[in-house]
Amino acid sequence: MIGNFSVGLSTYLLVGAMLFCIGLYGVFAKRNIIAVLMSIELMLNAVNINFIAFNRFIWNEKIGVNYLLTGHVAALFVIVVAAAEVAVGLALIITIYRNRQSTDVDDLNWLKW
Amino acid sequence: MFNITTVLTPEIALAVLSLSLLAIGLLIPAGARKGMMPLTVFSLMGVLGYTLYDFFYGPEAAFLGGLYMHDQFAVYFKILFLAAALLVVLSSGGYVQKLPKHRGEFYSLLLMATLGMMLMAGAGELITMYVGLELMTISFYILVAYLAEDARSSEAGVKYLILGATSSAILLYGISLIYGLTGSTELLEIASKLSGNLTPASLLATVFILAGLGFKISLVPFHLWSPDIYEGAPTPVTAFLAIASKAAAFAVLIRVYLLTMNSQTFSATGQTLLFVLAAITMIVGNLIAIPQTNIKRLLAFSSIAQAGYLMVGIIAGGISGIKGVIFYAMIYVFANMGAFAVATLVAEKQGSSEIKDLAGFWHRSPLATVVMTASLLSLAGIPPLAGFVGKFYLFSAAMDQGNVAIAYIGFVMSMISVYYYLSVVKVMFLAEGDGLPEVPVHGAMKFTMVFTMLITIAIGLYPTPLAKMAIAAAQSLF
Repeated sequence: MIGNFSVGLSTYLLVGAMLFCIGLYGVFAKRNIIAVLMSIELMLNAVNINFIAFNRFIWNEKIGVNYLLTGHVAALFVIVVAAAEVAVGLALIITIYRNRQSTDVDDLNWLKW
Repeated sequence: MFNITTVLTPEIALAVLSLSLLAIGLLIPAGARKGMMPLTVFSLMGVLGYTLYDFFYGPEAAFLGGLYMHDQFAVYFKILFLAAALLVVLSSGGYVQKLPKHRGEFYSLLLMATLGMMLMAGAGELITMYVGLELMTISFYILVAYLAEDARSSEAGVKYLILGATSSAILLYGISLIYGLTGSTELLEIASKLSGNLTPASLLATVFILAGLGFKISLVPFHLWSPDIYEGAPTPVTAFLAIASKAAAFAVLIRVYLLTMNSQTFSATGQTLLFVLAAITMIVGNLIAIPQTNIKRLLAFSSIAQAGYLMVGIIAGGISGIKGVIFYAMIYVFANMGAFAVATLVAEKQGSSEIKDLAGFWHRSPLATVVMTASLLSLAGIPPLAGFVGKFYLFSAAMDQGNVAIAYIGFVMSMISVYYYLSVVKVMFLAEGDGLPEVPVHGAMKFTMVFTMLITIAIGLYPTPLAKMAIAAAQSLF
């Protein structure tokens, strides 16, 4: 059986979906804000895997040469935006840490319903 | 043919202005700069004037190969964002003066967020839309946490960042699935390819995109962030967040919904989904607003409820429904801005945003009381104010399409909303405010208040010009 195994679109999508779910789980389960940010990065990278895999496997002559690189470009944009987001996020975590000497999500309870 | 730079003038002008404000803030020492707010105000007025001209006489085109739309719908929303930014800047002068440091960057970030919204309104493609969305949201993360010394503000900033980034990751996952299904991220291309059967993947993609955008407009299962962030953020930022970022997400939602979701067999299921979301948004938003004691939290829940009313128009669909949505979005700017201007004034003079600190406001600041009353009554939809006309358009569009139930829920919930809006008015007029300071209104703040109130009353009495603009904008979509 192992000899027949080939890496196709569905394999990549499966990895992407698993990464996305792990990231989503981490956002809700992790108590440290930095770990939460890392989980968000996992979700965004899952999206990148999806974009690249789709671009590699779906594009053909019929779709048109205009769309040859759409998935790659999308992934690049996601990487850039994620970098900006993390820069702001880390700065905010430093402010939080200065204000209350903790980066625990459970301590973020000053604003309450 | 048209020149690409003339079509993009407002965007380019805002980018240049924002970057030069940033440079001014860095280069000129803090004591020596006086003119940043007037500079921002007059430049925004110039861009707003140009955009108004553009709305009536500009060319209508999709360019860059369909990546960016320049139709009356996009320009209408640009007018809305610029007007909101202008009013926020005008009303925040005194507040920003009191900031201990980094005053210059405030306006720069505000304009960056506006630029992001304008890109969202014009985006004809999902990646462009995403980049505009992130430009807006990342600027907002910083603005929400602007009072770095205030632990509540930075807490709100971090909460907004975590939830906002998660929601945009979900939105992106939906976009990647759409891309996988159609091989393109352009809306028109997607619409032509998605018209087949409803597959699990297309359902998942549409639900993810709806969830990502629903977070930005705080539809009910995705609304839990907004009260915390609204309360913790600096009041002018809360105003801008409540008014403009919500309108921007609605602009995207309308475009994506009309072009892609309506064209596939999703419509029946999607219609039901939106129906349920709109109904619980109206019900939960209005009911939880009742026990609130903080004016910013109250306005947060009221804005959740308003998002529900706007969804009614999207459910109704068609030109009349979309016209209702964008008409209401515009008058919502002025009504909410009046209320938030008063909240900013109170935060600036009394350092508080509790409703009980508005006691005796009628004796301490008659003008602000009148403005607050007019704004709240307009939000509640009492004639002859603008909110009544807006709700009339929304609900009658839904009734025309046979969605009587959702319009009925809207009516009942509007009646309930009158209770909590009027309880604020009651505190201002009837409660005794002994020992609380006089709150005089001056300068730009006075102008903002009077202007928003006059617009709210004027549109309520004579809605035709704005309604005509809204119809033209809605027609440009079809």
